[in-house]
Amino acid sequence: MDVLIKNLGLLINATLIATPPLLLAALGSCFSERSGVVNIGIEGMMTIGAFTGAVMGLVLGNGWAAFFCAGLAGAAFGVIHAVACISFHADQTIAGTAINFFGPGLAVFLCKAMFDNSSDTPAMDPSCKLPKLFEGVFPVGSFWNNVLNVYSAAYLVFILAFVCWFVFYKTKFGAHLRAVGEHPEACESLGIDVYKVRYICVILSGFLAGLGGAFVTLATINQFRPSVIVGQGFIAIAAVIFGKFSPGGAMKACLLFGLCNGIKTLAAQSNTVSPNLISMIPYIVTILALVLFVGKAHTPAANGKIFVKSK
Amino acid sequence: MNKKKSILESNVFYTLIAIAAGFLIGAVFLMIAGISPATAYGKLLSSVFGKPKYLVWTLIYASPLIFTGLSVAFSFRTGVFNIGAEGQFVVGSLAACTIGILVDLPAWIHVPLCILAAAAAGMVWSLFVGLLKVKRGIHEVLSFIMFNWIAFYLSNYVVNLKIIHKEGGGEATKDVLDSAKILFPEGLQKALDCSSANWGFIMALVAAAVIWVIIEKTTLGYKLKAVGYNSHGALYGGINADASVLTALGISGALAGLGGAVQILGMAGRLSQFAGQEGFGFEGITVALIGSSSPIGCIFSGIFYGAMKYGGSKLSMVKAPSEVVNIIMGCVILFIAISQVFRMLFARFTKKEGK
Repeated sequence: MDVLIKNLGLLINATLIATPPLLLAALGSCFSERSGVVNIGIEGMMTIGAFTGAVMGLVLGNGWAAFFCAGLAGAAFGVIHAVACISFHADQTIAGTAINFFGPGLAVFLCKAMFDNSSDTPAMDPSCKLPKLFEGVFPVGSFWNNVLNVYSAAYLVFILAFVCWFVFYKTKFGAHLRAVGEHPEACESLGIDVYKVRYICVILSGFLAGLGGAFVTLATINQFRPSVIVGQGFIAIAAVIFGKFSPGGAMKACLLFGLCNGIKTLAAQSNTVSPNLISMIPYIVTILALVLFVGKAHTPAANGKIFVKSK
Repeated sequence: MNKKKSILESNVFYTLIAIAAGFLIGAVFLMIAGISPATAYGKLLSSVFGKPKYLVWTLIYASPLIFTGLSVAFSFRTGVFNIGAEGQFVVGSLAACTIGILVDLPAWIHVPLCILAAAAAGMVWSLFVGLLKVKRGIHEVLSFIMFNWIAFYLSNYVVNLKIIHKEGGGEATKDVLDSAKILFPEGLQKALDCSSANWGFIMALVAAAVIWVIIEKTTLGYKLKAVGYNSHGALYGGINADASVLTALGISGALAGLGGAVQILGMAGRLSQFAGQEGFGFEGITVALIGSSSPIGCIFSGIFYGAMKYGGSKLSMVKAPSEVVNIIMGCVILFIAISQVFRMLFARFTKKEGK
């Protein structure tokens, strides 16, 4: 029984550690996709965020400041995507693919240039990382300590999901961004600046993806390595579709995928099931969900379509 | 005829501008990193053209990329977007590797068997997605991304299976049996001064020629292009759009699978555990874009990318990070993606001039 409770605690803990990066990126993806811009460059934006977070953590020695800088770096890539897709009418999938080349390439390039040709940044002192909220409150090894032994940003992310839900469904901007993704021509005739709304959403998606990447390097581990972001960006996109393009749905999907990751972490210790097989679960679940619930999941109508402003 | 030629020329023109812009931005980042672009690009050039055997290496690097490039280009021409060439490449290499290790046959049947298995694996992987698209209306880009990652973990799973894993640690499979390898005969290898020289590039040339014939000279190619151009119109003209999409995706997947076979049976000789996606499929997107989605263009752009990859791998000798190649290529794709606008502006500009 004790072992069971202990393992349950560890499982919840692993889930709470794996979910925030996915959720941050997924919330960003919600903004972009709902406004009608496909962003598969999330993965590249997360990598650049992860790198920036690790470097700024070393430079500034303050986790929160580094976290914010990583968001800005992601936002910079959001600007590139927005300019290419919105102003220059580029194919959105291809522009995203370009960012997935450019982002990780730049991150490792700069890393090697800064740290004596090493593709890893030096390990950070714990004081440079994001703080833990419940450090030392519960006795070591107890259930609650196992569960709550996560970085404070993790809690913030769930609050952020609620904020996003509020923005989406309770504010004027939210109504605009949802409308812009469905029928930009109609919006334009009503005087909504389609380009402006989309720019804000795409840049925001870069910002949040950058934060998601930085969560990995500033909380989960303590350095940047080329392998820190392996597919999280794509899982986030899967979560958004699985969650029917809403922040709440994306949060549930991210928790589910985070749980898969938690199971993977535990299974890797017990060595019973191959972690590679468990890693497939989020992708297979997404495919199955699409097959079973197709028609119910409504894709924003103008998603991926080029919108040319009338003069 | 004249008009056709001028379009082709403009494609090449914009592609060259995009490549130049990519190198320019790469140079900026090299300078930021305190590395002289002249040194780095000089090294890049000398490591490709310095010796005849370097050129052989470039072609070895180019072979799988031409295949994935053809795969993506074929999908572009037929109106679908095969962003899943990555996964098809992986299952193709997995099939070739498994059969290359576990089945012991004489070379004349072993090699074709491995190659066919790889093409079939890539085709099946792509057809899954095609069926989801046709039967359930699920957008192919999304399911391709999912299938890429399923292939990724499937490959890592199989690599670690006891029956195929190389004993004594390491993170790779055993070597493919000699009877399954597509290396050049020893005499030719000696003449080229390269022990990895293989038939891959010749196979890629043949594949490009076959795909060119299919697209340009056959009814099948005409149908597939018609559906890609306007599926409603094609339906009205009596073409079965669903069957066409499946055919297009099947051929595209088989090409990517073949690329995997060439990589395993030619250069690599074994399958290693992945830390991150290998990128052959994504690089295929670049190859297809640079080659303007033409099979013949893919040969040249594949060689270009092969040269960049091979040359890039030597950049560490001058203390320049090889990732500059990814930066350059990312920029090239981005510029090709936005070149449409410049083309429109240019057209408008020249029209006004004409008036």
